[in-house]
Amino acid sequence: MTTIAHSPHARAANSVSRIMATVMLALVPVTLFGFWLNGWPAVYLWTVSLAAALVGEAAALKFQRRAVKPALLDGSGVLTAWLLALSLPPWAPWWIAVVGSLFAVVIAKQVFGGLGQNVFNPAMAARVMLLISFPLEMTIWVPPMSQPGLLDSLAVTFGGGQLDAVSSASLLGHVKTEFSRGLGLEQALAGHYAPLEALWGRRSGSLGETSALLIFIGGVFLLARRTITWHAPVAMLAGVALPALLMNLVAPEHYADPVYHLLSGGVMLAAFFIVTDPVTSPNTALGQLLFGLGCGLLTYVIRTWGSYPEGVAFAVMLMNAATPLIDRNIKPRIYGRTRQGAPLMTRHAKKDAA
Amino acid sequence: MKLFKMRGGVHPEARKADSSERPIRILPLPPLLHVPLQQHIGAPAKPVVRVGDKVLAGQLVGVGQGHVSAPVHAPTSGTVVAIGDHPAPHPSGLSAATVTIAPDGEGRWFEYEVPADPFALAPDDIAARAGAAGIVGLGGAAFPSSVKLDASRQSGVDTLVINGGECEPYLTCDDRIMRERASEIVTGIRLIQHAVGATRALVGIEDNKPEALAAMRAAAAATDVQIRAVPAMYPMGWEKQMIHALLGREVPAEGRSADIGVLVHNVATAWAVQQAVCQGRPLVSRIVTVSGGAVVAPCNLEVPIGAPVQALFDVCGGFRTTPARLVLGGPMMGQQIARTSVPVVKGTSGVLALTQAEIGLTRPAPCIRCSTCVRACPVGLLPLEIAARVRSDDLAGAVALGLKDCIGCGSCSYVCPSGIPLVHFFNYAKGDLAAQARSKAKQETTRKLAAERSARIERIAREREEAAAARKAAKAAKEAAARAAATTEAAA
Repeated sequence: MTTIAHSPHARAANSVSRIMATVMLALVPVTLFGFWLNGWPAVYLWTVSLAAALVGEAAALKFQRRAVKPALLDGSGVLTAWLLALSLPPWAPWWIAVVGSLFAVVIAKQVFGGLGQNVFNPAMAARVMLLISFPLEMTIWVPPMSQPGLLDSLAVTFGGGQLDAVSSASLLGHVKTEFSRGLGLEQALAGHYAPLEALWGRRSGSLGETSALLIFIGGVFLLARRTITWHAPVAMLAGVALPALLMNLVAPEHYADPVYHLLSGGVMLAAFFIVTDPVTSPNTALGQLLFGLGCGLLTYVIRTWGSYPEGVAFAVMLMNAATPLIDRNIKPRIYGRTRQGAPLMTRHAKKDAA
Repeated sequence: MKLFKMRGGVHPEARKADSSERPIRILPLPPLLHVPLQQHIGAPAKPVVRVGDKVLAGQLVGVGQGHVSAPVHAPTSGTVVAIGDHPAPHPSGLSAATVTIAPDGEGRWFEYEVPADPFALAPDDIAARAGAAGIVGLGGAAFPSSVKLDASRQSGVDTLVINGGECEPYLTCDDRIMRERASEIVTGIRLIQHAVGATRALVGIEDNKPEALAAMRAAAAATDVQIRAVPAMYPMGWEKQMIHALLGREVPAEGRSADIGVLVHNVATAWAVQQAVCQGRPLVSRIVTVSGGAVVAPCNLEVPIGAPVQALFDVCGGFRTTPARLVLGGPMMGQQIARTSVPVVKGTSGVLALTQAEIGLTRPAPCIRCSTCVRACPVGLLPLEIAARVRSDDLAGAVALGLKDCIGCGSCSYVCPSGIPLVHFFNYAKGDLAAQARSKAKQETTRKLAAERSARIERIAREREEAAAARKAAKAAKEAAARAAATTEAAA
């Protein structure tokens, strides 16, 4: 007896795991750069993040009596942990990675129903949780190219490391501190900010957020492979750049220029790898434009007037929450209908009305 | 030449090269032809032959019933050996009323009258001849052509669009017929144009068929028929997509193309009209593409209606491997069949024997809301959202999101990275809606009948009462008159 299948009897060569693998491939350059810039502790931290996510997701699936293998093989959990690791301070202790990864895949994803059901981007939810719960560990930065040996690195990541001795500051954090000391922008930036360095990434910052150029290259790769569309990334960059430009024109002594904002912190990574997360972003092109724009604007607002130096994760979560609202109100026009859903007028009806 | 921008659509691997260079061959007559009485949308035909009757090729064996229907003719000369149930070319595998004919191999035609100048015929005469020839839409929908022609003439169309899109992968039957029988097609187009009084005729052909475009251009050179290349994409062959590409006009929802002054017919239908009007040959055969990875030598065949699918595969050298799936039509919208004993019918554009590798991923994964389906939908729907409603039995929600506007093209299912059978959900829900509508109509009828019955009972009772009252009144009047007479008498 043949089982009768419904059309179509052909499928595009695409799959969830292929999408995830493509995104991971796009992350390879910036990740390798992060390893090179920050040494072995970064490698350890990344590895621990991925391992914790796999173990945590497997346990969560087992607990729900759901199939473990297909869910782990789709690569979504690994990608979440990878993105989280890239947003962590590279010399953060191992348990930061473990707690963050477990929170991301178990609380932010599996509790909501697993792949495709989560409201918030798991990596960003975990980052926000870590930032609020462990502010100290989440804001210790190292100067670029501090590369301890293999064993010393073990001590950095797994305990006993002397973090204070090497602590530095990210650019955004530094500027915020200087502002709170009453200094102007020019003084705060002096000796700390060189746009070219920021572009290619030799500076203090999160594991995978310092090289705007390599992130951009990864993003262009995803665009070329049609894994993502341009709408959300461009809108997010515009959402950051436009208010920055405006404020910089109004008061250049206090508000940094758009380039500074685009190249700092997590904006680039978020624009190409976070706001393009299909699960937590809107369905339509216009919706994605609004979503990206909101993420950018909120990031700028939080950075500039909020109490945290960086606002990307908060901005993304706020816009994640707004996504169902956007999807409810922004729908494509259906063929043969007006935007309101009424059938288009026929030639005869038009004649009658005239 | 202006072309209008499409939205949505997909670019499935065409896989046409296997058969596109194979000229049309005539399928040798199989020992039996199983001619179903319903090969079209509408009411089935009623048989007008008896078992044992000798029939000629083109002779009527079933007459159309009702307004939307089509007659059925004998594909070749021979003897009617059975009238009864035979497996229908449908996924259900159920049987349908079928006239089985044993060919005598002589191929003698029933002689129909042929006009000296077909363009001198009255427009409604052309439609009538197309109807009598059993012509239905050969693009796959199999809607009776004469019904469309009549309706278009009555409502008035200015433009005839001839669909040479053939956007389904594998299929090359329209490509071949355009290459090999272009002048007949052009004559057919001009006849249809004459029949409906359209002021212009446009033929849209996908730009992946350069030879067909050239052949059609050459054939149409001395006529007003315009040949246009349209971009190759699926579903370009959806008539509304073709209209949009060529004219930039949009058919209103719940409406038909005639509402915006356009009539659409397939190229093979135009050929069939020419055959019927100029040659007096009813629709008794069609071009079928036989292809798929499991077929030894894919090809294009001219097949008598009623030939079993197996005969087509046999002519193509049989199977190189056991096919994973047999499909009638194209892979995007075609239907799977369980066995090869089912007959080719008027709407059969292709028979495919596909391998598992060609079918692709089958186990669905969770939806990741990637909205690839939203970008693929040519109608502008949100397939992922509608599917979510259907899954949770929220039919009203699905309808509110535009379920009824779905054309079932399968673009969403094709591109879904999670392999979710989206269009299957929609067709299932449409079936549910139809069932609901039927049961509602039934309830409505019952309610109406009950109301009529109580009204009738009331009326009878009232009439009876009125009659009684009238009788009483008459009696009283009579008595009064008698009394009056008595009084008068007494007074006198």
